[in-house]
Amino acid sequence: MIPQSIQTFLSLDLFPLLAALLAAISCGLLGNFLVLRKQSLMGDAISHAVLPGLVAAFLITQSRSPAMMFIGAAISALITVVFVEVIKRLGKVEPGAAMGVVFSVLFALGVFMLENAAARSVDLDADCVLHGNLQTLFWISSPDQWSSLFSTEVYSDVPRQVWTLAGTTLGVTMFVSLFFKELRIASFDAGIATVQGINAGFMHMLLMTFVAIAAVASFEAVGSILVIAMFICPAATARMLTDRLISQIFVSIVVAAATAIAGYVIASWTGVNAAGMMASTAGGLLVAAIVLSPRHGVIAKTLNQHRLGNQVALEDILGVLYRVAESNSQASVDQLVVSTGAGNRSKKAMSKAESQGLVTVSDGIVSLTTRGETRAASIIRRHRLWEGYLVEQAGLSPDHVHETAEQLEHFVDVPDQSLSKTHTDPHGKPIPPR
Amino acid sequence: MSDPIVDANSIIETLTLQGGFNTNAVILGTSLLGIAAGVIGAFALLRKRSLTADALSHATLPGIAAAFLVSSAMGFSGRSMPVLMLGAAISGILGVACIHLILQHTRLKEDAAIGIVLSVFFGIGIVLLSVVQSSTSGSAAGLNHYIYGQTAAMTRSDAYLMGGIGLFASLIALIMLKEFMVVCFNESFARSMGMRVWLIDSIMLALVVLITVSGLQAVGLILIVAMLIIPPAAARFWTDRLWKLVLLSALIGGISGYSGASISALFPRKPAGSVIVLVAGSIFILSMLFAPTRGVLADSFRRIQLRVRIARDHVLESLYEIEIGHAETEHPKAASWLIKLLCVKGWITRDNGQLILTDAGRTQGQRIHRNHLLWEQYLVSYADIAPTHVDWSVDQVEHVLSDELIHALILALKKRGLSIPPLDGGTT
Repeated sequence: MIPQSIQTFLSLDLFPLLAALLAAISCGLLGNFLVLRKQSLMGDAISHAVLPGLVAAFLITQSRSPAMMFIGAAISALITVVFVEVIKRLGKVEPGAAMGVVFSVLFALGVFMLENAAARSVDLDADCVLHGNLQTLFWISSPDQWSSLFSTEVYSDVPRQVWTLAGTTLGVTMFVSLFFKELRIASFDAGIATVQGINAGFMHMLLMTFVAIAAVASFEAVGSILVIAMFICPAATARMLTDRLISQIFVSIVVAAATAIAGYVIASWTGVNAAGMMASTAGGLLVAAIVLSPRHGVIAKTLNQHRLGNQVALEDILGVLYRVAESNSQASVDQLVVSTGAGNRSKKAMSKAESQGLVTVSDGIVSLTTRGETRAASIIRRHRLWEGYLVEQAGLSPDHVHETAEQLEHFVDVPDQSLSKTHTDPHGKPIPPR
Repeated sequence: MSDPIVDANSIIETLTLQGGFNTNAVILGTSLLGIAAGVIGAFALLRKRSLTADALSHATLPGIAAAFLVSSAMGFSGRSMPVLMLGAAISGILGVACIHLILQHTRLKEDAAIGIVLSVFFGIGIVLLSVVQSSTSGSAAGLNHYIYGQTAAMTRSDAYLMGGIGLFASLIALIMLKEFMVVCFNESFARSMGMRVWLIDSIMLALVVLITVSGLQAVGLILIVAMLIIPPAAARFWTDRLWKLVLLSALIGGISGYSGASISALFPRKPAGSVIVLVAGSIFILSMLFAPTRGVLADSFRRIQLRVRIARDHVLESLYEIEIGHAETEHPKAASWLIKLLCVKGWITRDNGQLILTDAGRTQGQRIHRNHLLWEQYLVSYADIAPTHVDWSVDQVEHVLSDELIHALILALKKRGLSIPPLDGGTT
């Protein structure tokens, strides 16, 4: 016997969850290339625009035959892609507006046809278009014995949408893995792709075809809004976390799967709409990635900037001290803080320099230790080399180069090695040896 | 078919605003909204904000649902139009703010940011709607109408509110016309004139928000953006001047709003939102096909004209070159219609199956031949192209050289002391 709770799961939740998972993965996988090509909204446009095709196919055949529905949707998708190009070229409007015109008209046509069809009490619903009908994917003959899992009988009424989505996911995965090289080159640089004998235009059309396939297959189960969210959000989340396309793709699959599962679980707990909850979850995960990503996240970037600011303040203090020592005078703590001009940050840098043993303070007078002097000398060397470089190679006048060199000294070495032998900067000051 | 037969009388009554009082108000309000959307959409289009408006309108859904939940929790009727509009406006603006935040703080591009806001906000909206549906009994079902729009549920005061906001928004756009124009054309120029671009952009955004929230009930939040995008995009085919664009766009928007609302009032189950968009879409298609400046037909006509001229010139040039004894020039193989055309023009005659230039034709051929030589010399002496390589590219260019350009070429070549092929002498 299968326990009651698992039986309930199998009959009520398994297929909705599976459908959402498959839709999320196939859309999320393709979304990587859409986001990369800055064509995220093509997914949006296509998933709106397939509606009239679906309704037309339904009205003509009076059935939900997947093949006919797909042909209808594919024609709509093709019209969208072609018309967007034509309008962009002829109307000289921005691509966004061209897309907006096409998909809103087609969507309006779809809604119009849908309302007309509904008038004849046909079983099609405008709301389903947006958030699908996951909750209808029951498994009526779900097994009650573990042993019956192996009989073909129980699989006879697996919902059609699940089969369609499984096939789509398989197809999309094969497409991406077989054409990965071509897709990558064509997305990054169409010119190079052409030089290497890859037809970038053909790859674009192929990608759009698969986008349309994924959109149509997912449409009925999860609704257009989740399709759009899945085309964009997992890829965007992965983009925040990784720097290589291949790892981005794997991360995006994980994110898509996590979105579907988490969204579904939360939705069943709280009893809200599942597709809507998944789209919200996708947004939540993306926000988390934007904030927390170790390299590109807001927190990491802020911390980094802060650290950099502290380092600059410290190096500025050492620089000033070096120059002070050069002119055989002395500087007090307060003078130093004022002259480096970063207020509180300079004060903190001052005490940090002391605790790191770079400077010593006696009677309010600050002086460099030997370690401090070595570090200061290297900063001053970079500064003065930069000044020399800017005057000689960039043709700036000597009284204009200090500010630029002041910024560059913290980050980069002079690109020109021939300068490393010079001993004085444009102002006649000695350049400390390495 | 369950559509009742609509008689001519009621059509005329509705179209001339003599139908029911409610119907009139709705038609009038929708027309005004259409005009306003046309005006403001024109600026949004030029400022490349069309799809930002799409994200904005989708982002209003959570606001509508939240406003309903909050106001019913506080004991008011949740379906009061101004309250829902306020909620919609707040969450719409929040959505646009999110787009800006994403663009500023992440490495994601604008298209992704728009798609993210659009889908996630809408998803949240769907979640909240399902909360509304489960927590209240039936009364919330009306909120669904804000997605696709439903004029039938509109009261007279709703319609007046919508029309009034449309009028107000158009008025603001008129007052700000100069600023909007400058910012649309050249942002840095506007800045150098001391304009606060962010302020002008914010006013523009505020107007888009106004149009969006006031159109929610009639058109619905998915299709309202079409009223902002399609009229100006259609108008774009007719003109290159901004004020004409704005006027035309307003006209197209007004017509769409008017006819959409009327058709929807006359026939059952014709949702106003989609009818309005379909009317606007038809106007767009007509404009794209037939507009004299940018239309497909006008454009292909000009292309064909040019192609005929080039083919014509080739025949005349080849015949001329044969006449002056260029050995390598082959006898032109021209289509029979082209030969006929040239005969009609009186530039060639036929003699025993041979084509012979008339005097007028010779002048033409000589002129083209001379253009060819001039451009060839120019390329060799100025662009450093090897003499053996110039012929092909010259064949393309010689037909489009204008008289002024020829003049400039002659001057440039004279400056280098090169010989200019004479117009009447023949060979060089």
